[in-house]
Amino acid sequence: MSTTEPDHQPRRDRMAVLARAEGRQLRELWGGLGIDPAFEMVRGPETGLATVRGRISGDGAPFNFGDVTVTRASVRLQDGAVGHAYRLGRDQGVARLCAVIDALADDTVMAATIDSQLVEPLRETLAARDRQRQAETAATKVDFFTLVRGED
Amino acid sequence: MYVAVKGGEAAIDNAHRLLADRRRGNRDVADLGLDQIMEQLSLAVDRVMSEGALYDRELAALAIKQARGDLIEAIFLARAYRTTLPRFGYTQPVDTGRMQVERRISACFKDLPGGQLLGPTFDYTHRLLDPALAGGAAPETPEVREPDAAPMMRVSDFLGQEGLLEPAPDPADKPVPDDIARNPMSYPMDRDARLQALARGDEGFLLSMGYSTQRGYARSHPFAGEIRIGEVELEIAVPELDFAAPLGRIQVTECQMVNQFQGSAKAPPQFTCGYGLVFGQAERKSMAMALVDRALRATELGEDLTAPAQDEEFVIAHSDNVQATGFVEHLKLPHYVDFQSELNLVRQMRAEVEARGETHQEAAE
Amino acid sequence: MAETDFLSGGLADPVLAGQSAFRAIMQAMAEPGTVQAVADCPTPPSGLSRTMAAIATTLCDADTPIWLDVALANDPQVVKWLAFHTGAPVTADSGAAMFAFVSDPSSMPALDRFAQGTDTYPDRSTTLVLAVDAFDADQPLSLSGPGIESTRRFAFAPLPEAFIDQWSENRARFPRGVDLILAGPEAVACLPRSTRIKSGEH
Repeated sequence: MSTTEPDHQPRRDRMAVLARAEGRQLRELWGGLGIDPAFEMVRGPETGLATVRGRISGDGAPFNFGDVTVTRASVRLQDGAVGHAYRLGRDQGVARLCAVIDALADDTVMAATIDSQLVEPLRETLAARDRQRQAETAATKVDFFTLVRGED
Repeated sequence: MYVAVKGGEAAIDNAHRLLADRRRGNRDVADLGLDQIMEQLSLAVDRVMSEGALYDRELAALAIKQARGDLIEAIFLARAYRTTLPRFGYTQPVDTGRMQVERRISACFKDLPGGQLLGPTFDYTHRLLDPALAGGAAPETPEVREPDAAPMMRVSDFLGQEGLLEPAPDPADKPVPDDIARNPMSYPMDRDARLQALARGDEGFLLSMGYSTQRGYARSHPFAGEIRIGEVELEIAVPELDFAAPLGRIQVTECQMVNQFQGSAKAPPQFTCGYGLVFGQAERKSMAMALVDRALRATELGEDLTAPAQDEEFVIAHSDNVQATGFVEHLKLPHYVDFQSELNLVRQMRAEVEARGETHQEAAE
Repeated sequence: MAETDFLSGGLADPVLAGQSAFRAIMQAMAEPGTVQAVADCPTPPSGLSRTMAAIATTLCDADTPIWLDVALANDPQVVKWLAFHTGAPVTADSGAAMFAFVSDPSSMPALDRFAQGTDTYPDRSTTLVLAVDAFDADQPLSLSGPGIESTRRFAFAPLPEAFIDQWSENRARFPRGVDLILAGPEAVACLPRSTRIKSGEH
């Protein structure tokens, strides 16, 4: 471990958006960027399982409660930059694309372009969906009001 | 005597062809798309995912279509498919406290932080068939309202603060849970392994077992402390990254049953918990799971074992509908030789009885 | 670049190569003491032999804890390579390992230090993978048992310490006990626990 621990948060956030993004929108935005780097596959794309863990009573000891399909891919660009991708589901093409994007973002300048033109629009789509669902759920909140307060 | 026979290939081929035809049904009716199953039969999809122990909406929809809507057959297909995939590892435990909540209710507290959120529930419907739905009437768009910014504390968190609720099992006591998908089950089993079995257990069976505890077979005075449905983030630790890789979100249903507990030599009077956690929107299943989980803790809590729902081996060994259907349905397979030997045996016993009867008669005469 | 070297050297076609290596290992296990070629090996870091790497990528995954001998465990490139290409967790407890990788058989722990399985589940034992230099030696072994018609002459080097005595104890624990996969240059041979071994002179 080096003493200057690199900040993984931007990369993690980007991967989180790429993992959740809908494949069609991701491909469209990627097409708009007009980038087509050469790369070699380091591993995959391959589809497998991750066993999902929960916690007893929500915050206690862990237990396994089922599997989920996961597709992963690792690529290397010509300049040696390596990218990885993990996504729920079985779309291998999109997982490979996500790994290429992750590798490209190794370069700071390219990362800025990717974040502003690809990741941000995807993030906004996901956030808008969350906001809509939260608002729909909030409308089903029960507002209690007191009918009668009795003494016996 | 052993006789090997062969045959039936043509009959089997033709039966499969007939099955495919009947599954498709009348060609004048539009073919059912997987998107239609995922969108409009989503709770069937959820059930196949939870009892198939495989979260993948599209695969579950395909299984339902292939099984002609026979959900246990579809669950079987999902289980069979998952055995063909390599396993990359285990996710970090999901944090249901940070769930994107779509429904959240408590039967214990009216005014809990975050409130009672009914979500898309069947509750309060009148269970009257709706002819308008048959006609394909378009529903209204949902009402919206500014959501509460307050974090949605779990009911168990604020009951626990007062010490009225037993603490959850300490992760430090068993950081790595058993895995029944990996190792054969043996009894008695730990609670983590039981919960894994219950999570994939048959909803109908668990419902009946849970119901039996309410009717007095291992009475445990349950209250629905909290039920929440929503999406949770998944992440997985992998060697090539210095942080856990985010995978995306899945929908789960969590149920925390709160049960009165008289106290024992080891513990003061307090509330104890039964826990349910299930893939998808599966409220009934999660409640039944929590009831059965609590009943199966009888030995741990020093309670008398009096009822079927407290019998670990009985409940766990019979909760899996894929195992159950395999053993029940195997009775359809040819047992010609077995039955021939039974037939011979019964004939022989009858002959012996008849022979004895004649001797008795002779003796009497 | 050097930081990501452990990512390289995987198989171009993991499914086909895995199937062919599996076939070789299975054949070697079925006919103890025969040497089976493993054609398509990965290219791991130099601390790990190519045949061992082929065995690891074929047989190990996230469900199989592996134990590494000191030389392998102290080679970070080897550890990272195995983690990325197999997903297998490394355990320091030889008794908890499904597979054990031994780069230097002459200084390896005793066979009974590894998982022996149980009478109910004899499969819950460690399969040891030993790097060997060659399948010949001055003192050949005489093998007999399942998969061998009468006896078979077999040799490998280097031999673990007091190997014949250790092996006869291992054989005596049957159905418990460990199985050995010997990883030679682009070839494997196996000694399953059912095999009896005498030194060649007898």
